[in-house]
Amino acid sequence: MNKFGIIVAHTYLSRLKTKSFLITTALTIALIFLAGNIQSIMNLFEGNDNEVVAVKDDSNEIFADLKQQIDTIEHPLELEKFSGSNESAMNKVHEGEYEGYLHVSITNGLPEGHYYSLQGNPSSITSTIQQGMQPIKLKMAADSAGVDPSTVESITSPVSFETTALEADTKSAAEMDSARGLVYVMLFLLYISVIMYGNMIALDVAIEKSSRVMEILVSSVPAITQMFAKIVGIALLGFTQFLTIILVAYFVIQSKQEELTGGVFEYFGLQGATASTFIYALIFFLLGYLLYATLSAMLGSLVSRTEDVNQLMAPVIYLIMIAFFVAIYGLSSPDSTIVTVTSFIPFFTPMIMFLRVTMLHVPIWEIALSFGLMIAVIVILAVIGGKVYKGGVLMYGKSNSLKDLTKALQLSKKE
Amino acid sequence: MGLSLNQVTKTFSGTPAVQDLSLEIPEGEIFGLLGANGAGKTTTFRIIIGLLEASSGKVLWQGKKINYHENNIIGYLPEERGLYPKLKVNEQLTYLGRLRGMKKTDINHEITRWLERFNVPEYRNKRVEELSKGNQQKIQFISAVLHKPKLLILDEPFSGLDPVNVELLKQAVIELKENGTSIVFSSHRMEHVEELCEYLCILEKGKPIVQGKLAEIKRSFGKKNLRIHADFSLAYLEKMNGVLKYQPMTNGCSLQIIQEDVAKQVFDTLQYKGFVRKFELEEPSLNDIFIEKAGTSYE
Repeated sequence: MNKFGIIVAHTYLSRLKTKSFLITTALTIALIFLAGNIQSIMNLFEGNDNEVVAVKDDSNEIFADLKQQIDTIEHPLELEKFSGSNESAMNKVHEGEYEGYLHVSITNGLPEGHYYSLQGNPSSITSTIQQGMQPIKLKMAADSAGVDPSTVESITSPVSFETTALEADTKSAAEMDSARGLVYVMLFLLYISVIMYGNMIALDVAIEKSSRVMEILVSSVPAITQMFAKIVGIALLGFTQFLTIILVAYFVIQSKQEELTGGVFEYFGLQGATASTFIYALIFFLLGYLLYATLSAMLGSLVSRTEDVNQLMAPVIYLIMIAFFVAIYGLSSPDSTIVTVTSFIPFFTPMIMFLRVTMLHVPIWEIALSFGLMIAVIVILAVIGGKVYKGGVLMYGKSNSLKDLTKALQLSKKE
Repeated sequence: MGLSLNQVTKTFSGTPAVQDLSLEIPEGEIFGLLGANGAGKTTTFRIIIGLLEASSGKVLWQGKKINYHENNIIGYLPEERGLYPKLKVNEQLTYLGRLRGMKKTDINHEITRWLERFNVPEYRNKRVEELSKGNQQKIQFISAVLHKPKLLILDEPFSGLDPVNVELLKQAVIELKENGTSIVFSSHRMEHVEELCEYLCILEKGKPIVQGKLAEIKRSFGKKNLRIHADFSLAYLEKMNGVLKYQPMTNGCSLQIIQEDVAKQVFDTLQYKGFVRKFELEEPSLNDIFIEKAGTSYE
C-alpha cells in the first residue's frame, strides 16, 4: 500500500473505533427504530382500548349518521349510545368509564352538540366530533331548504384549476415536487456532512498538530498528500455512517410497511427523480464536501490546541448556513436574482446551483461555469492549504485568528 | 561522503536563524551540534529533514539532494514528543513504520526487539498518554530508528531522562553508529557531546563558531587546565606568566594555562612549599572552548 493509502486507512480505522463515533451512530440507529415504531410505542402507553364517548341522542336521528361519519375519520373514537340521565352520564365520566359525554339534539331543524369531559378543553376528540357533525348539519340544512343533494355537492367541491407552461422546456408540477424533495434531502445531507465531518477533519488535524506527530509525518509524507488522505479517510467514514443509517432505515421501513402509509420515498417524491438529477446530486455533493473539507483541514492546521478548533471553524459554519438558508428561500422562488447570483459563488454552489438545476432549466454553460469555479477554488484551497499545513506545523502557541494564515504561509516559503 | 550542508542560510521574515552554515558530516559517525537556546540547532535539523526550506544553500546526502517523499533514509526524533496520545504504542509504531515504507511483519519484529532492549515490553498495548515522559521518550526514539535509517537526527535525545535511561539510550546510539548509521544530534549537555561525538559544531546565533574533529579542536585550542590541591596558599599563581585564569577552590585552585610548558613551571614553584595532594593536567573541556569562542558563558 502506498503512503496515501496507509494514511487513509489509519484515519478511517482509528476514527471508526472511537467511542464518540460508535455512540453517535448507535444513537441515530436507535432514533430510527424509535421513529419507525412510534405507533406501537404510543399504543403501548394508551392501551389498546379506543376512547369511548357516551352519546345521548334526544332526536334519535343523529346517532347512526354520526357514528358512520366518525368511522370514516381515522382517529379511533368509539361512540356508545346512552339513554340515562345527564347526571348519571357525568358520574360515569368521573368514574373513568367514559372519556366524555356528548349530548346531541335538534333545534330549529339543525343538530346541536354539547360535550362534557373532565377538562373541558378542546382536544382531538372534540375536533373529531365537530368534524363528524358538520356534514350532518349541512345535509339537514339542505333538506329543510329543499335543495337537491347533488347541488350541495357541486357547491362544496373545490374549484377546478390548471396551469400550462408556455415555454417548451419547463418542468411540470409533479416534477417540481419531486425536485423539491430531492433538494431537501441534498440540503440536509450536505449541511450535516459539512458540519460533522468538516469539524472532524479540523479536529483530527489539530490533534496531530498539538501532539506534534505532524513534525514527523511531514518529514516522510508531503503535506498535501497527508491533507487529502485525511479528507478521503473521513469521507469514507461518513459514507460508512450514512450507509449504516440508510440500511437500518430501509429495513425499518420495510418491516413497518403496513403502518407507514406512503413511506419516506413517496413523501420526498424521490421515485420521480431522473437519473441525471441523481448524477448532479452526486457531483455537487462530492465537490461540496471536498471544498469544505479542504477549507477545514487548512483551518485545522492553524490551531495548536484542539480547544481552538471550534473558534476557527465558525466561518465555515456561517458559510454553509448562509448557503442553506438561501437554498430554503430558493425552494419557493428558484428563479429569483439572489438565487441565480449565489449559485455561482463556489461555497454556495453545491446547494444553490443544485437547486436551480433540479427545479429550473439551467443552460449547460452555467452549470459548467459553476463546476469550473468550484474546481478552481478547490485547487487554490488545496495549494494554499498544503502550504499552510506545512507552515502551520511549525507554529505553536495561541493561534486562533485568520491572521495566522499569512504567518503560516510565510513559514512555508523560502524566506 | 555523508551529509553535507553547503552555505545554508535561513531567514524568518528578515531575521536570520541560521547563517552561512557549512557542515560535512561523515558517514557512519556521530556528529554533535551544540548551542544555546535559539542558536539555530532545531532550525538546522528542520532544514535537513525538509520541514523548512533553506533560503539559500544546499543540503546533500551522498552528493545528491534528498528526496524526502520516496526515501526513508531519515529518522527524526524531535525535541518535543510527537506521538498520538490516544494510540497504543503498538499501533503508533506500526503506523509510523509503515509510513516509512516498512512491512508489517518486519515492524512487528523490530518493535519486539526494541521494546525488550529498553526493558519495556509491557508497554506495547498501553496508550502513549499513560506512559511517563521518560518512557514516552523511549517510544519516540524507537519510532525514529524502527526503519533502520541511514541518517538519524536526534534533537535533544537525552532531555528528561534519568541517568539509567540516558545510559540505555547512549548505548543504543553507539550500537546504531557501529552498524553504519550516520547520526546527528544536538544537546545542551556538553558532557554528552564529548562522550559520544567525534565531530562537532558549535552554533552561536545561527553561525558556526567552532567545528571539526573533537580531538583536533582540543589540540588546536592549546590551552589546558591545571588542577592543584595543596595545604598552602596558591594565590601567588594568579600573577604568574602563562596563567590565564585563576579560580580558587576549597582545598586548592584551578588554573587555565596558555600551554603545557607552563605546567612544568608551576610544578617547579610548588616544591618545598608544603604538601601537594593533587597535581593534574587536564584537556580543555568543551565548555572552556565554548566560553572562549563565544565570549560568553554557555550555561
